[in-house]
Amino acid sequence: MDLNPIWLTLRLAVITSLVLLAMGLPLAWFLSRGRSIFKILLEAIITMPLVLPPSVLGFYLLLAFSPQHGVGKWLQQVFNIQFVFSFQGLVLASVIYSMPFMIGPIKSGLQGLPVSLSQASYSIGKSKWQTFVHVLLPNIKPSLLTAIVLTFAHTLGEFGVVLMIGGNIPGVTRVASIAVYDSVEQMDYATANAYSLILFCITFILVVSVFVFNKYRLKSPLE
Amino acid sequence: MISVDIEKKLKTYKGQQTLKINHQFTEAGVTKIYGPSGAGKTTFLKMIAGFIQPEKGKIVVDGTTWVGTEAGISLPPQKRLAGFVFQDYALFPNMTVREHLEYATTDQAWIKRLLALGKLETLADHKPLHLSGGQQQRLAILRALAIKPKLILMDEPFSALDPEMKTTLLKELKNLFDELATTVLIVSHNLPELESLNGDTFNIALNA
Repeated sequence: MDLNPIWLTLRLAVITSLVLLAMGLPLAWFLSRGRSIFKILLEAIITMPLVLPPSVLGFYLLLAFSPQHGVGKWLQQVFNIQFVFSFQGLVLASVIYSMPFMIGPIKSGLQGLPVSLSQASYSIGKSKWQTFVHVLLPNIKPSLLTAIVLTFAHTLGEFGVVLMIGGNIPGVTRVASIAVYDSVEQMDYATANAYSLILFCITFILVVSVFVFNKYRLKSPLE
Repeated sequence: MISVDIEKKLKTYKGQQTLKINHQFTEAGVTKIYGPSGAGKTTFLKMIAGFIQPEKGKIVVDGTTWVGTEAGISLPPQKRLAGFVFQDYALFPNMTVREHLEYATTDQAWIKRLLALGKLETLADHKPLHLSGGQQQRLAILRALAIKPKLILMDEPFSALDPEMKTTLLKELKNLFDELATTVLIVSHNLPELESLNGDTFNIALNA
């Protein structure tokens, strides 16, 4: 059995989780403070991939980054970057697609902390950054873990959006979920089963670990 | 001298009311602030600390303008460095007693002295979750003192302490305030508990 799709999937999930962690922390912090029409719209856009058919998202990404016109053409000409049918395209699509899974838990975690914690830190002279690192982050560890694991697991399970923008190029964009579909198409059920079982086990272990690590919260990580 | 002349709209159960305060607070002295529930005592302290902005007015401390709504001045809390004792303590769940103080100051001798003052030496490695209500409240006071503030704002700081502990702590705090020449504003709904502390009193009431 070709293990390439599994490695590719894991690589995609690790990179996507890291990129989203770096983006998600400041963004979730920004969204957790106060309400404005801009924040509501931004949060709605971030949340959209939860309910939008992945093929719709993939379709628009395909249009947006097509090297024939617009942004895609410009990126191709100026930076020689192509997002369609490439691994970086998968990363971009995954980042957008899995974003609500990173932002949601971190934002709720931050909002659950009393505002007086930050105020206490400011009053002894600490900057917003110091407060974020030393006071806020350490006190939302369960939310942080939930966010990272859910993002990782969700990226493993991507199909529609990956198929639309990445296609099925072995070693480049052929991730495990697509390899399953492809094997079934070719009536090769044994291979499909092997990929499926690996995905099932990895995802199951991840989800169980979230429940175990967050046992003190006595709540589902999705709440 | 702390000169305050501010206005802030408050939402109360009676509808919107305006908190108006125009007062000069004695420097390096204690002012006990009292008033009915919901009159804006906590809001007042938070406006001095810089957590809440008044709609109109000025706060001038030692000749420095901390708030001047007309000139658009509002010094951030980090520059005001007013020690604040929160009514809900606002302790950091991730830090031990000692870490709370080490987060605020690097002066180990001062930390040692504060721990003795709050009688928390034996609990220095405990996190807030494992402290009693009274111990948590003492830690909240120590953290505010850790930065040797020139101004300390205390919101019901003794409510969880037993009478004996309150008497001893007040006596020692009094000496510390004198030593640091700190201006102290204490909000309390129970003025007699502050009897042993000499100082002015100031009443906060809402104007409809």
